Amino acid sequence: FRLSSLIGHISTCPSLIGQCCQRHPGSVDEFQEELVIRPLHSGDIYASFQFRTLWDTDFLQEGQKVSHYRLFPKSLGQVLSKFSVRELHISFTQGFWRTMQWGQPFIPSPPGAELWVWFHDTVSDVDGNWKELTNVLSGIFCASLNFIDLTNTVQPSASFKPLGLGNATDHRFLRYATLPREIVCTENLTPWKKLLPCGSKAGLAVLLKSEKLFHSSFHSQAVHIRPVCQDEQCTSKAWELRQTLNVVFDLYTAGQGKKAFRSSIYLNCGKTGELFELSPATPLLSQAVVLGDRRTYSVFDLTRAETFGQLRSLNLLLRWKGDGGEMLRPLLHAERYVAGFGLQTGEIHTVIYNNHPYRAFPVLLMDSVPWYLQLYIHTLTVTSKSRDNKPSYIHYQPAKDRHRPHLLEMLIQLPPHSMTEVTVQFERALLKWTEYTPDPNHGFYVGSSVVSALVPSMVAMSTNFTQDQPLFSSFVPVKEESSYFVRVYTEPLLVNLPTPDFSMPYNVICLTCTVVAVGYGSFYNLLTRTFQVDEPSLPLAKRLANLIRRIRGVPLLT
Amino acid sequence: MDYYNLLTTCAFIHLLVSIPYAYSNYVENKAGQFFSSGHTNNWAVLVCTSRFWFNYRHVANTLSVYRSVKRLGIPDSHIVLMLADDMACNYRNPKPATVFSHKNMELNVYGDDVEVDYRGYEVTVENFLRVLTGRLPPSTPRSKRLLSDDRSNILIYLTGHGGNGFLKFQDSEEISNMELADAFEQMWQKRRYNELLFIIDTCQGASMYERFYSPNLMALASSQVGEDSLSHQPDLAIGVHLMDKYTFYLLEFLEEVHPASQANMNDLFKVCPQSQCVSTPGHRTDLFQRNPGSVLITDFFGSVLLHDMKQLVADVSSQKPKQKDWHPPDGFILGLWTLILLVFFQTYGIKHLKHIF
Repeated sequence: FRLSSLIGHISTCPSLIGQCCQRHPGSVDEFQEELVIRPLHSGDIYASFQFRTLWDTDFLQEGQKVSHYRLFPKSLGQVLSKFSVRELHISFTQGFWRTMQWGQPFIPSPPGAELWVWFHDTVSDVDGNWKELTNVLSGIFCASLNFIDLTNTVQPSASFKPLGLGNATDHRFLRYATLPREIVCTENLTPWKKLLPCGSKAGLAVLLKSEKLFHSSFHSQAVHIRPVCQDEQCTSKAWELRQTLNVVFDLYTAGQGKKAFRSSIYLNCGKTGELFELSPATPLLSQAVVLGDRRTYSVFDLTRAETFGQLRSLNLLLRWKGDGGEMLRPLLHAERYVAGFGLQTGEIHTVIYNNHPYRAFPVLLMDSVPWYLQLYIHTLTVTSKSRDNKPSYIHYQPAKDRHRPHLLEMLIQLPPHSMTEVTVQFERALLKWTEYTPDPNHGFYVGSSVVSALVPSMVAMSTNFTQDQPLFSSFVPVKEESSYFVRVYTEPLLVNLPTPDFSMPYNVICLTCTVVAVGYGSFYNLLTRTFQVDEPSLPLAKRLANLIRRIRGVPLLT
Repeated sequence: MDYYNLLTTCAFIHLLVSIPYAYSNYVENKAGQFFSSGHTNNWAVLVCTSRFWFNYRHVANTLSVYRSVKRLGIPDSHIVLMLADDMACNYRNPKPATVFSHKNMELNVYGDDVEVDYRGYEVTVENFLRVLTGRLPPSTPRSKRLLSDDRSNILIYLTGHGGNGFLKFQDSEEISNMELADAFEQMWQKRRYNELLFIIDTCQGASMYERFYSPNLMALASSQVGEDSLSHQPDLAIGVHLMDKYTFYLLEFLEEVHPASQANMNDLFKVCPQSQCVSTPGHRTDLFQRNPGSVLITDFFGSVLLHDMKQLVADVSSQKPKQKDWHPPDGFILGLWTLILLVFFQTYGIKHLKHIF
């Protein structure tokens, strides 16, 4: 796998910002970008881009109008102030993350589009704000987010706690929705790139070429906005905008590409460093513990000139040394599938695996099922190791036809080294014929289940907050040393609903009209038609002869 | 012989006089055209109505027109692009994030900078008519609205599967020619356009503009009633037909047009004659007030930015007319032939004519 760079102008995005923008006294905007490349054991390459913009404005104060935007994109800033948003997380994903083959991602995301938002507690009409927010975001990201409405929005009570500052616990101000059918393509990448301070002209964003990015096994782009502390004592707060892009390139399709590197790149060397050979070698090595895994990373800091060498270019070459090494088995893994046959009933099975050899830990399972799959909650069973496992907390909100989906949240204790199965039966509803999509035989999607857990870590995590922390390890706040937070998404389901024959209205009209015309018409004619004898009209000569005969009193001609 | 010399010198003097005359004419024509078109901004509504992978060519059609319109100057904020299905990132596409228009994958009309406003299930008859008439819910973002006024020239391009009097949307509903005509009348009454160019590339496309009755509408279609519009080339790697014939030749024609081009509508009517297209393209200009020969292609496909008048006149007057092909002034050829005939008859005389006839 070879990545070569463009020889030519070098300008990193942060330095470009320093040149063109005047630093306003008293407030400092910051921009940081990072690329992590991790070769996976299946032979794929996992590249994770993170771009972070810190905006030093305190929105939480009422009445303060912000009108000066430097690095933070104006479109998102206006959205935040107009809809009183405290946290916003939106992701667009194409493909499914294969946990067992690839390990845990830095930032997980479900297939399709996912949007969850925490509003301020000063908002009076959360549903109205949510509806308008989805419409505005659909215009910003060129996606059909306007299909998010009350029939696919839920308010999870425990699963999606805020990732930024604030200790809100009132889940009435949280909204979560997912669109599993949403397609991600260049038209979503283009506005995403435009949100970056330098666009796609400088910095790591130059590498983001759509033809390469979408020719991959997994592609996910996300925007996360949350308020953060700027230092350890939390004397000042700032808005943090993180734009992340995770791609998994298949070894055989990625090939060679001309790309340019800017800012810092972290390259995962693996535990022993013998899996592959890296050239050029760099003296900078850093160790970071992410997701319970202590790994060594080679760091290339592109803001320093010596990284580039004499030719002012950076060529990274990774040569595989053949198969070797043991991948760290992910401790938490989940699957979901539909069982049953026919178009009337079915069963949803969710299987959660705990691969820790001796520790048990609780997981929170959240399921959001559309109203047209009517769940029978009395058939809900949770079994671990073929024994019944009663969840300690269940939050269930039943669906209302055409108004609300089902929401099921359960806290399940997973025994060590076990497989837990959650099953629930459902019945498929008949939709009105206008509610079907133009291609109903494709099926209807059910969004992914979310499994959130604090997984016990084999390695001690660091809870220190430092400014120099790499971005990929600071996304999720670490509260304690012995466990780390993991969120696993299952596969979305594709379910066939009983579909009518849409040509039937036309057939019925044709048949009815034919029956009426032929059957009733003939019957009517038979009943109401009268017959009269019609005398044929004679030619002129015979008529004159008849006239003379009448005068003579002689019988007439016929 | 001196008579001959006199005639040739007269011809050359005539030639010398006509060049500066044509030059000043050029300046006046340019300024005159600018003021006669009467529009101050351009909009485009480009719609692909077909779903499913085998209708790849309709998406490629729409994207080619999008590409030309962007290249000639209309910005994304003034283009409403509606694609009923995703072909570029479709799982069946062997080259993701690309949509090609040529067989050898020469031209990627999808590109790297594309903004699709309505996609997938959002492309419905209702949304299309709401975009045209402007009756959208208040929370609709700006990029999904057609914010035209009475000085806007709008280009509307539709492609998909159609029949006599209707156009099929996404295999589940259809729009009739009467509905379309009524929508344009609503637009006229609400003063939402100055002039409107309507192009349709479907089977029996001419039926869609039969019912128009609002002023300032010009329409082009790829085939007459009773004829099918045919697709152009299949690609063996991708496995589907890449473009329709009419739009393929339209794209070829538009690639030659640049923002300062003087090509007019008469050239557009000649695109894809029956020998190339197999179907007969049709057009309708009776509702249009200006003469099609004086309407520039860039009036609809390009963008007008009305800035300082003085700057414009200064630009035009500083330009030398770059006439690549020089044509002699009108009447010169006629005069030359008259001269030759006169000389011929003078030398040989009338009486010899009877030997010829």
